Amino acid sequence: MEPRPKSFYFLSILFAMFLLFLYGPTLTIGILSFQGPGGGLTFPMRGTSLYWFRDLFEQQAVGDIWGSFARSITLGLMVMLTTVVISVMGGLAFRRRFAGSSLLFYLIITSLVIPSILVSLGVGLIFNQADLEVHWSTSGFGSQLTWTLPFGLLIMFAVFNRFDSSFEEAARDQGASPLQTIGYVVLPIIAPSLIGVALFGFTLSYDEFARTLLTSGSYNTLPLEIYGMTTNVTTPVLYALGTLTTIFSLIIIGIFLFLAAISGRRRKAMGSDAGKGDV
Amino acid sequence: MQKFFARNTVAGWLMVSPLAVILLFFLVMPIVMIVIVSFWQATEFSIIPAFSLENYEFLFGSSVTYRVFLNTFKYALITWAVTLVIGFTVAYYLAFHIRSLTWQIALFLLCTIPFWTSNIIRMISWIPFLGRNGIANSTLISWGVIDEPLEWLLFSDFAVILAFVHLYTLFMVVPIFNTMVRIDKSLIEAARDAGASGAQILWNVIIPLTKPGIMIGTIFVVTLVMGDFITVRFMSGSQSANVGRLISNDIALLQYPSAAATAVVLLVTVLIVIGILLRFVDIRKEL
Repeated sequence: MEPRPKSFYFLSILFAMFLLFLYGPTLTIGILSFQGPGGGLTFPMRGTSLYWFRDLFEQQAVGDIWGSFARSITLGLMVMLTTVVISVMGGLAFRRRFAGSSLLFYLIITSLVIPSILVSLGVGLIFNQADLEVHWSTSGFGSQLTWTLPFGLLIMFAVFNRFDSSFEEAARDQGASPLQTIGYVVLPIIAPSLIGVALFGFTLSYDEFARTLLTSGSYNTLPLEIYGMTTNVTTPVLYALGTLTTIFSLIIIGIFLFLAAISGRRRKAMGSDAGKGDV
Repeated sequence: MQKFFARNTVAGWLMVSPLAVILLFFLVMPIVMIVIVSFWQATEFSIIPAFSLENYEFLFGSSVTYRVFLNTFKYALITWAVTLVIGFTVAYYLAFHIRSLTWQIALFLLCTIPFWTSNIIRMISWIPFLGRNGIANSTLISWGVIDEPLEWLLFSDFAVILAFVHLYTLFMVVPIFNTMVRIDKSLIEAARDAGASGAQILWNVIIPLTKPGIMIGTIFVVTLVMGDFITVRFMSGSQSANVGRLISNDIALLQYPSAAATAVVLLVTVLIVIGILLRFVDIRKEL
């Protein structure tokens, strides 16, 4: 291997600083959430305790954190499932050009780049004028899909662009029907990417603020609840909440990565017998 | 041929019908609704479906509008420049200086993890850093750089742009990294064999080949910053405004027609910007 150029060490330092910039603030509130009962929003630490975490678990005067947490998870799972199913169908459809596919493609791009508050405002107005009640599971659900579906579809487009279609031809030659080809060949091959789509769908929904602002109705989702807290809570209980939601996000990512690793390994074990000699 | 085409279309539309229905109901119709409502009138208590241009007359007749739009462009431009420099450097480092795929993936994941935490939490986490008694101020004082706390660290344009960079740099890193790893390494070797210096390779080979990724990252960052309202409100301490905040303020006051008119102008502006950027890159080819 050729020796590292000087620029490597310089860039390594820059990269480390970038990571520090990304993680520093979050780690800080992680530390500060263990403030003693008399501590405030900044350093110095006045003792260490779990006081603010306990405070979080006791009945809050300001709102309904646990209710909103449950709603956010439910909504996240709904959005996740819908995003995966519709993205796969869309990805399969877009492998061939069909009349109107360009128009739909640009609609997907529009959906991705439109300022999120416009979706919120527009959906709110429609439900209002149609005398429908806005609710996180109807209007909120739909609004979030306009954000998660484009991401899911873009991932599927990228996956299918690199997809080796000789696998499908082989399946067809063996007499598989189109549905069998999809179920037994295509889906197992793209499974690891589907976990990526699911992860995107869940976390984008779980964190979404603007698109649910006017569409979630009288029951808040967690981001809306946290936003409400930032305006009227000035104790480290806010940091405790931040620390807990961050840990929760990390657990979710961990689960998805674990699933991806398993499905990758299974694919390796079962998918190919190349190099194993005669059977 | 005709028959084949028709079959493709029917099968295609059957598979994308759920997608099309959702986009129709939650994207197209809301936009149409916003455009319609922007021509309606409003009293303090209700909106009246009667055609009028007063929202636009008020919008374009007010100097606040121009100032706020200018501010929006300022945020977008500065954030874009900073995220581009950082994003390009990080992607370049990962793509060309990290030699093993495992390390590339590991370091890349390390960059994406903070992205999965709530935006609002990530904004809050700047308070202990930038506040009057925050880490930045006390460090600078203890080093003797300043005598009293800097007031402009938190609740200022500086804080807004810092938060934007913190939130959105990843949207620049990912597409640039994605195009960079696909650059054929033999092109760089060829350039080196032909006697090009490192800077020349960067300027004449890598940057031109990375342009599509840069454009896609630019589209992400610019549209996210232009449509944002919560970061600006939160990090400026309600002292600065951009178009998103103008809209959300109107919404808070239940002035929906006025909010809709501002929204239409914002939408047109964003679409023009995207239209210009798309002239430089064929998104469909880049996926």
